[in-house]
Amino acid sequence: MRTVTSLIAALAVSLLSATAFSGPAAAETTTLRMAWYSDGNEGEVMADLLRRFHEQNKDIDVVLDQVPYKAINENLPMQLASGQGPDIARVVDMGGLSRYALDLRPLLKDPSYWETNFGPFLEWMRPPGAPQAIPGFMTQLTVTGPFVNKTLFEQAGVAMPGEKATWEDWAKAAKDVASKVQAPFPLALDRSGHRFYALAVSQGTQVFGANGEPDVVDEGFKRAAQLVYDWHKSGVMSKELWGSVSGTAYRGANDEFKNAQVVMYLSGSWQIAQFAKTVDNAFDWVAVPNPCGTGGCSSMPGGAGLVAFKTTQHPKEVARVMEYLASEPVLAEFYSRSLFVPGHLGLAKKGIDYPTASPEAAAALKVFTASAAALSPIAYRTQGYGNSRIIFNAVISRLGQAVSGETTLEDAYKRITADVAQQIAERNKK
Amino acid sequence: MSDTSSVSRPERGRGIGTLAELRSIVTLPVELGMRLFDPPMRWVQRMIGARRMAYVFLLPNFVFFGLFVFLPIGINIVFSVTGGTALFPSQRPYVGSDQFAYLFDCGSYLDPATCREDHFWRAVANTVKFVVLQVTAMVLLSLVTALVLNMRIRGRGFFRAVYFFPVLLSPVVVALIWKWILQRDGLLNAAITTLGGQKIIFFVDPSWAMFWAVFVSVWAHMGFYTLILLAGLQAIPADLYEAAEMDATPRWRVLTHITLPLLWPNMIVVIVLALIKGAQTFDEVFVLTGGGPGTATLMVVQYIYETGFSSQVQNFGLAAAASVVLGIVLFVLTLLQFAAARRKEI
Repeated sequence: MRTVTSLIAALAVSLLSATAFSGPAAAETTTLRMAWYSDGNEGEVMADLLRRFHEQNKDIDVVLDQVPYKAINENLPMQLASGQGPDIARVVDMGGLSRYALDLRPLLKDPSYWETNFGPFLEWMRPPGAPQAIPGFMTQLTVTGPFVNKTLFEQAGVAMPGEKATWEDWAKAAKDVASKVQAPFPLALDRSGHRFYALAVSQGTQVFGANGEPDVVDEGFKRAAQLVYDWHKSGVMSKELWGSVSGTAYRGANDEFKNAQVVMYLSGSWQIAQFAKTVDNAFDWVAVPNPCGTGGCSSMPGGAGLVAFKTTQHPKEVARVMEYLASEPVLAEFYSRSLFVPGHLGLAKKGIDYPTASPEAAAALKVFTASAAALSPIAYRTQGYGNSRIIFNAVISRLGQAVSGETTLEDAYKRITADVAQQIAERNKK
Repeated sequence: MSDTSSVSRPERGRGIGTLAELRSIVTLPVELGMRLFDPPMRWVQRMIGARRMAYVFLLPNFVFFGLFVFLPIGINIVFSVTGGTALFPSQRPYVGSDQFAYLFDCGSYLDPATCREDHFWRAVANTVKFVVLQVTAMVLLSLVTALVLNMRIRGRGFFRAVYFFPVLLSPVVVALIWKWILQRDGLLNAAITTLGGQKIIFFVDPSWAMFWAVFVSVWAHMGFYTLILLAGLQAIPADLYEAAEMDATPRWRVLTHITLPLLWPNMIVVIVLALIKGAQTFDEVFVLTGGGPGTATLMVVQYIYETGFSSQVQNFGLAAAASVVLGIVLFVLTLLQFAAARRKEI
């Protein structure tokens, strides 16, 4: 018995002493968690930047949780609602998650730097009723736009439409090419409400009524919806993207484009790094300006923001990490290595060097940067609207049904209006 | 030769001895644990009496069920009478039966297009269609397979393993395998084009999508139901068949008058399980077709998942209300099935 007591005492003493020696060191390091999704190589770049941050700031360790895009959209809101979310996350639905955002302003050394350089984009992240809040910064500004398989055009002997070509011009040319080279996808549009609005804005949709509330189904919207509907009927668009899944499910045509099955693919600037790597020199691809319609040639802006959350236990440390990452040299390096259009006004003005970009990627970046400068105010307003994703999802879900032949376009219009109203009402229930 | 046998015998003996020692080592902590429990259990028995001890033994299961089954059901019911997007019930406004009223607001339940929440009713219609097709195919194919595997055929053990193998696979893996087979450039289309046919884009056609959803589900789960029926077939006394043989009873009558009636309890189990599993179908169909084209293969559980978790406004209240409806339907179906089974036994 005495032996057992002595053993327990010795164990307790050794545990206590171990705690005593390791205690101060452990207390000095604050661990923060950052949830991150990647389209291309940006996760690697961020990991490298965080490693360098840790070398300069031994007291803060940022764990980078690299998760799928779907997890950011579906799991992160649940985590945040339950108070179990990360300290920082890269998010796309900035308006939808703005109610969880931390206002960094009181913690920042120089809030004016943030206002000057991220000003218009801060609007997208601010919670309602907090017009001065600084919740984060843009890891990238994205612009929707088409990628074209130039080699297929050359093989088919069809001339590529010029700079101010309309959607109809491109649809006709893509169909001609596809029929000559036996490509299954003449024109592919991501199955995404956001991408649909690249078409709808150029067709003149106004999205909001005179009272400032959403008035989704207007004449411009109907023109765009009719185009998509007709393209599916005539075979310009394959039902495999819009018509093969249900609800709000996202479907892209990245794989099909990489495999040279798509003549023209409407997606956006975030695909550049991926195509530069995966297509390599299998064929020539180019990004072209957004096609035009009666409402102009504007594409849709978008992007991802790195946002801090108010559930964090370490707001000061979070602010230090955010200040480091948002600083001009660090952010310039991040945009440059990730091949992203800058979401920092100062850097956008100066221009970013992309030394690692292939000639195709560099040319595409130039096209998308030019598109970013020509965005219409309605495109900005739609993207910045807190309930924009409710609109996007209702549109994609209902147009998907019409495209698959389940409902008519007229039914889809009624349902879109009802869905948007019902979901906004549900979100506002307190 | 004699040397070899004299060497092998002690080894075998030593092997048995080692096994026994190993068993005693493994069972020792269990026995010690049982002895530890002995005094408190005796005390409890003295306090409440031997007759009530059954409840004490049932208690751990009750606690487990209460925590992981009844409590979530209760929370689900609470959510179904609340609205908004807040996660915690205390922050959610009470809306009474509004969610149910919204779900059931229909011009005609047979025409989902007339319903306010048409997606729910489309999902209900799809699920009913899926369950009818899948359960019918599952029961018939499982029965035929079990009857064949119960015969004295060559390679019976191998075939039993082959039919059971898909059951061991994860539903997501099953769906992905079939997706790769059925996609535009998949194996099946490769075979079709090799034979001179045209590629079929299966998942843009509602009928094909439903057909493959049912087919894949039957393929994946048939082995399990076959096993249940096979066990039932093997439990039928052989002397009944011998008597029938002596009477020169035709094989068809043997099947309808001996095999099927005696297999009925197992059939009931298969039907009930297949029905419940069919109504709860989600993962396989979700991965295979995504609920499309349009909403042609959208099932009720997928509707609940999308309404509660993957839509932009996470409408937990509506999703919970739909869950309650599904739960009631499943409960009633199970009661009906058991009632049918009991009547048959009488």
